[in-house]
Amino acid sequence: MDQNSLHRVGNKALGIVHGIGLFLAMLVICLPGIWIVLSSLRPTVEIMAKPPVWIPQQLSLDAYVAMFSGVGQGGIPVLDYFRNSLIISVTSTVIAIVIGMAGGYAFARYRFRAKSAMFLGLMLTRTVPGIALSLPLFFVFARLGIIDTHFGLILVYVALNVPFTVWLIDGFFRQVPKDLAEAAQIDGCTRWQAFWQVEFPLAGPGIASAGIFAFLTSWNEFALASQLTRSINSKTLPVGLLDYTAEFTIDWRGMCALAVVMVIPALTLTFIVQKHLVGGLTSGAVKG
Amino acid sequence: MATVSLKNLTKSYGPVAVVHGIDLEVADREFIALVGPSGCGKSTTLRMIAGLEAISDGIIEIGGRMVNDLPPRSRNISMVFQSYALYPHMTVRENLGFSLKIAGAAKEEMDRRVAEASGILGLDQLLDRRPSQLSGGQRQRVAMGRAIVRDPDVFLFDEPLSNLDAKLRTQMRTEIKKLHAKVRSTVIYVTHDQVEAMTLADRIVIMRDGFIEQVGTPDEVFRRPQTRFVAGFIGSPPMNLHEAVVDDGQLLFASGERLPLPSQFKANVGTGDKVVFGLRPDDIYPTGHGISSGEDVDVHQVELPVTVTEPLGNETLVFAEFNGSDWVSRMLNPKPLKAGDRVKMSLDLSQAHLFSAETGRTLRG
Repeated sequence: MDQNSLHRVGNKALGIVHGIGLFLAMLVICLPGIWIVLSSLRPTVEIMAKPPVWIPQQLSLDAYVAMFSGVGQGGIPVLDYFRNSLIISVTSTVIAIVIGMAGGYAFARYRFRAKSAMFLGLMLTRTVPGIALSLPLFFVFARLGIIDTHFGLILVYVALNVPFTVWLIDGFFRQVPKDLAEAAQIDGCTRWQAFWQVEFPLAGPGIASAGIFAFLTSWNEFALASQLTRSINSKTLPVGLLDYTAEFTIDWRGMCALAVVMVIPALTLTFIVQKHLVGGLTSGAVKG
Repeated sequence: MATVSLKNLTKSYGPVAVVHGIDLEVADREFIALVGPSGCGKSTTLRMIAGLEAISDGIIEIGGRMVNDLPPRSRNISMVFQSYALYPHMTVRENLGFSLKIAGAAKEEMDRRVAEASGILGLDQLLDRRPSQLSGGQRQRVAMGRAIVRDPDVFLFDEPLSNLDAKLRTQMRTEIKKLHAKVRSTVIYVTHDQVEAMTLADRIVIMRDGFIEQVGTPDEVFRRPQTRFVAGFIGSPPMNLHEAVVDDGQLLFASGERLPLPSQFKANVGTGDKVVFGLRPDDIYPTGHGISSGEDVDVHQVELPVTVTEPLGNETLVFAEFNGSDWVSRMLNPKPLKAGDRVKMSLDLSQAHLFSAETGRTLRG
């Protein structure tokens, strides 16, 4: 074989190995998700079987039917939980993004006293494990009478998300050249118009990604929500999963079905927004 | 179109002053270039005129109206940035029409003015592209188009050509000159490139460390530099500048070598004065190979050793040693020379400059 053929075969072999490697990596990443979906469709016997049954023998939508069939008939108030989750996550995300935009913009564009210290302070709050806050929060919220309310949980999630959104959005505003806002001001914009017409659209993808992260954090959070909610007034979907645990049994199939229901909106949102997350939107703005 | 007037314009960042109370009057339709090395305050001055930088003290007037505290949008100016600052999420058409859109202009008016500007700058074919799809020169043109569309009182240019390659820069320089001839508006142009300043401007303002060193026409700043700094900054290759002491009607250099004191300075200096002697490369040349000033009364001949030659085709720069260092001279109609050759040089002292070693100011009466 000549050298060219050797290299061709070598490249092909490398491609195959590459493909197998990627498949294995994706399998490891996706398997838990696939397993949850499969488990939601299989009878408990199959789920609990040892050794595990890899290929499902029976598939049914019983768990989903039961879930929506109302309290007392094996169902849980999933629509209430869903509504709570949506209200709490969307509201806290919107507030965190608004504060994050204001803060991120200020950190990116203005010089002020103790700027670095403030930024560091914000970041330090992220080093505290969320669960460590649950007891103090419980006491404070109990005193204030905001346990088991949307407001209480929104407050917690805004506090959790703001440092992160400020940090992320700061980075995106830094990538938007300062000259652009100045050019807009010379073109007749007020400072405010220059922000909305030029800087905001350019930092938009970054703000959207900060929004996704904030939303997912609120949507999936369990530890604090389980302490600060009590009833269908405020219980969110992750807390709702606990409804499938009884004193001696756990309804794995029902739990998996609820997990699937929980994942769908988050997945849809991410899918919608991710196509807007185009990097390099500012290319061509300035020299180069 | 409007005049621009700066009175005692000052800018400080905390205790650090970067522009020290400068005064400048720019006439209507005049093309003024602010030139100087990095950090001389020229861009800061321009940004203060634009309203992008608050002023610490003094007065800025545009068209006789004080604009000290007006935001940029109320000054009726337009500015071309060094980085172009095109809006990347808008097409060329939207970039050009942005200021009109903000001003709430009617669509027909907008289309007409965008078409007019794109016609002047040859952007017709590019109107639906985005900045990322344009070359450097095209982006530069769009930036200028955006400035033209506004029909401002004053155009401000902040080193607009410094991101272009040498060839394109020369081309765009000519275009800017043509553009000014067409739109006849007041222009303030910041650059660190003295060639740009010399070729474009009606008057040049040379700045250094936040002060104005000299204001004058290109000819004035080249032929009659008021300070040693201006003499060294304007002209390429730069003027030969060497310290000397006046001694009995002669200039005595550190090496002990002497030159006659140029006659035009005789009345202004006396024995013992410390001076800086300056002679442009054009005024020192191998005898028979230079530009004669026409009056050979003050041409001094001296034989010097050649150290390096730089042939440029139609001329050669000859570096010859005098007073222990290289003096650059311009040889026209070049003849072959090599390092070590001793050449008879003509020094046209009628064109010489003399500055006070102490103050750096010219000693011309």
